Amino acid sequence: MSTAAEPNELRDDVLNGLQLSTQLEKVWRTPPGLVGALMAVDHKVVGRRYILTAFAFLLLGGILAILMRVQLAGPEKTFLSADKYNQIFTMHGSTMMFLFAVPVMEAFAVYLVPLMVGTRNIAFPRLNAFSYWIFLFGGCFLWISFLLNVGPDVGWFAYVPLSSLQYTPTKRPDVWAQMITFTEVAALAVAVEIIVTVFKLRAPGMTLDRIPLFVWAMLVTAFLVMFAMPSIMVASTSLILDRLVNTRFYDSSSGGHPLLWQHLFWFFGHPEVYIIFIPGAGMVSAILATFARRPVIGYPVVVLSLIAIGFLSFGLWVHHMFVTGLPQLGAGLFTASSMLIAVPSGLQIFCWLATLWDGRPVYRTPLLFVIGFIVIFVLGGLSGVMVASVPIDTQVHDTYFVVAHFHYALIGGAVFPLVGAVYYWFPKIAGRMLSERLGRWNFWLAFIGFNVAFFPMHILGLIGMPRRVYTYTADMDWAHLNLLSSGGALIFALSFALLLVNVIYSLRKSELAGDNPWNAATLEWATSSPPPPQNFDRIPIVKHRDPLWADSESLPVVAGLSAERREVLLTSLAEAEPQIREASPEPSIWPLLAAIATTIFFIGSIFTPWAVLWGTPPMAVTLIGWFWPAGSKEDEA
Amino acid sequence: MQVRLRRVLVLCTTWPLAACAGRQSALDPQGLQSQQIQYTLFIFLAVAAIVWIAVVIVLALGMLRRKRPADQPLDLHQPFEERTGRVILGLGIATAVVVIGLSIVSYAGQRTVFAKDANTLTLKIIGHQWWWEVRYEADSPHRSFVTANEIRIPTGQPVKVELESADVIHSFWVPSLTGKMDLITGQKNELQFTAKNAGIYRGQCAEFCGLQHANMAFAVIALPPDEFGQWRDRENQSANSPADQLGKQGEALFRARGCALCHNVSGTLAGGQLGPDLTHIGSRTTIAAGTLPNTSATLGGWIADPQHIKPGNLMPKMPLQSDELIAILHYLEQLK
Repeated sequence: MSTAAEPNELRDDVLNGLQLSTQLEKVWRTPPGLVGALMAVDHKVVGRRYILTAFAFLLLGGILAILMRVQLAGPEKTFLSADKYNQIFTMHGSTMMFLFAVPVMEAFAVYLVPLMVGTRNIAFPRLNAFSYWIFLFGGCFLWISFLLNVGPDVGWFAYVPLSSLQYTPTKRPDVWAQMITFTEVAALAVAVEIIVTVFKLRAPGMTLDRIPLFVWAMLVTAFLVMFAMPSIMVASTSLILDRLVNTRFYDSSSGGHPLLWQHLFWFFGHPEVYIIFIPGAGMVSAILATFARRPVIGYPVVVLSLIAIGFLSFGLWVHHMFVTGLPQLGAGLFTASSMLIAVPSGLQIFCWLATLWDGRPVYRTPLLFVIGFIVIFVLGGLSGVMVASVPIDTQVHDTYFVVAHFHYALIGGAVFPLVGAVYYWFPKIAGRMLSERLGRWNFWLAFIGFNVAFFPMHILGLIGMPRRVYTYTADMDWAHLNLLSSGGALIFALSFALLLVNVIYSLRKSELAGDNPWNAATLEWATSSPPPPQNFDRIPIVKHRDPLWADSESLPVVAGLSAERREVLLTSLAEAEPQIREASPEPSIWPLLAAIATTIFFIGSIFTPWAVLWGTPPMAVTLIGWFWPAGSKEDEA
Repeated sequence: MQVRLRRVLVLCTTWPLAACAGRQSALDPQGLQSQQIQYTLFIFLAVAAIVWIAVVIVLALGMLRRKRPADQPLDLHQPFEERTGRVILGLGIATAVVVIGLSIVSYAGQRTVFAKDANTLTLKIIGHQWWWEVRYEADSPHRSFVTANEIRIPTGQPVKVELESADVIHSFWVPSLTGKMDLITGQKNELQFTAKNAGIYRGQCAEFCGLQHANMAFAVIALPPDEFGQWRDRENQSANSPADQLGKQGEALFRARGCALCHNVSGTLAGGQLGPDLTHIGSRTTIAAGTLPNTSATLGGWIADPQHIKPGNLMPKMPLQSDELIAILHYLEQLK
């Protein structure tokens, strides 16, 4: 394992500042040209692609939302047919959950976690590249199918028996189920990378209680992904088997049961909500500390709350099934377990409020989005407490009240922090500031538009409007609130257009950011903006939870790493004491080829079971290429 | 009885706003169960409102508060940190107490809503894509009958509906009377409710069930017990024989043109089981599962081209001459 390198290997302790930068840049840079770009394994390059792709899917999912709001703006509209509407709401949900919300959070982690823990690349960088390609191909597969009129139309939850071959004899549910496989493979890969990066690649001295809160949040999220995603993969794979080779997992006439699907789906589906929210909470903690100009109060409380939310999130899936005829006492227990999650969530909110109370807030755009987050998310959490009650849920389940609730929880809990995070970290990623003036417009349009769009839906649900209806009759008294909601949706959409304008404008014209434009405390701000390929010329040593505030002049650093090949420093799990120097893989085309082979295999296997046979040899070939030992160098995982 | 029914209808539409908004509303309970749910809802709503307002006030005060002068992020005041820690801990405990309290309130409500009564009127409701089969079952077969998309019940008496599905999952929901319950393939669920007041309460499928999920509604018509008894007696009878020549012609065409393959009309040779039972179609208030009011114009339009009104439903467009259509329509309208 450890490198008994040649005695005359070039180490970083014999080079001075500029020489070292140039040398490391040469070693760590992504090769030029198109082929070089396809070979990229730099977490920043992959992370940037991941973020951009996820935002592209946000744009597509958002367009679908607007189409739905046009259709529902008035009663008995014929803008969309029933078939198109059903495809569109399915695509909206699937795109937002699987192609935007989860990937964008993981994308931020891919970009930021290695920088925040002070290392040079993510663990398993080739797996990281593979993960991105699989995500991209899976997303394109879904959207191309949709444009070819084979888009799924059975809801993002694809309940059986509606999604069974008998009731949907088209390829549409297969497309949905296989898209799940793509995105889950991608998500699981990133989860593994994040966990190993956080556990083994932290800068020396970054003990467990010095890990930045955003990194803690991503670590908990990664564990959630590891435990939740297998459930949906089992579910969707058995669905494909039922449809393709006539197994009977969900067929009640042959001893299967439709509720099996719901249990498997929601055992994934509820943690999924926290897979989306916990990173948002991490972003809030990061932004709040910087702009309240003090560390977040109650660091251990926040960390333990994140972990508690992670655990509890696996114990409340049944609240999605309160009206399926479960035993009453059991359902009642899930009411209590669902509400229990309000305790750790509440503790976090109290810590944030206290931080803002004591801090010296600087009201820049990222902080505005965090304040918007608190106002909206608390409302979404409280409506969640209402939905958790069995009797209330029997009325509001599958109505627009629930639509309102989870948009408050998810847009409030994840998208507001995310847009705040874009404003916060854009200077690091792009090297330029986003326009503050456009940022304020962006915030206010988003805040007002969001509430106008989604608040009326609470009332619509209570006065009887079910979800997933493509039309409603004129005598239902729902028209005015729907029109209001559609108007709000347009304003909300406009705020995202403004974000896009801001990004494009700022990339060209705005002021340069410098290393640490916000005077923040965490390590990603200790390097240049954008960071060089090697992230840091010298790996920092961490002596404080807020290193850049504690050692504002210069950070202590590690010396002795190789300067002529890619090398990272492994540290111990709890105390982050240096252990060994470890090689980090070179760029490679094989992850892309492996992803292409996997894609052919996945898509083929919804058409014929034989794809399992002819699809695997190409994958084996690409994996052999990927892991082929290269000379004297170390294992290149 | 028809007159009475119309009176009920008029009453409903001319009642003050609350009643009208309440055709399909959880906020206008007309049943014992929906009333109980509304109590629980209001308790939760009050707690939620108080908490949210408190958070926003603390947030606003925190933002307006005068701050320490210098920007020294790590210059923390230790006693303040400790005091704040205790406050946060206290709030955490308070949250837990509120959560436990709400869980108890919820469970108490749940017990009431799902309490089982002995002396119920029992109906079997079977969900189909996209309509509701309603079976009134009694001890003796001649007291049992089948109808569709319209459920009449007596006020004041607990009603038990047994819920099954013929195809995919549906959900039975009449918010004015009680919460919803799914109709699940291969599983029998049941739901009990009691209507307090006479009236027409709209219900709608609440689980996405395919193409025409949006057009899968029904009506629950709560009648005073004596009127309900009369209706039930009428409904037990076989279909009216057509009174005139055109009606007889319609009855013959109903069989000759294939309608009878899917639809049942009791007391005639039409015995299809795939589509809704039409024995008393003429007395129903709506057609196509609550999609349209039942008038000559809409029923005629429906027979002429059901796929235009509700695309994807399982009733095919039959090639009918206009005089044939008129005869069939005339026949069906007599099936009171």
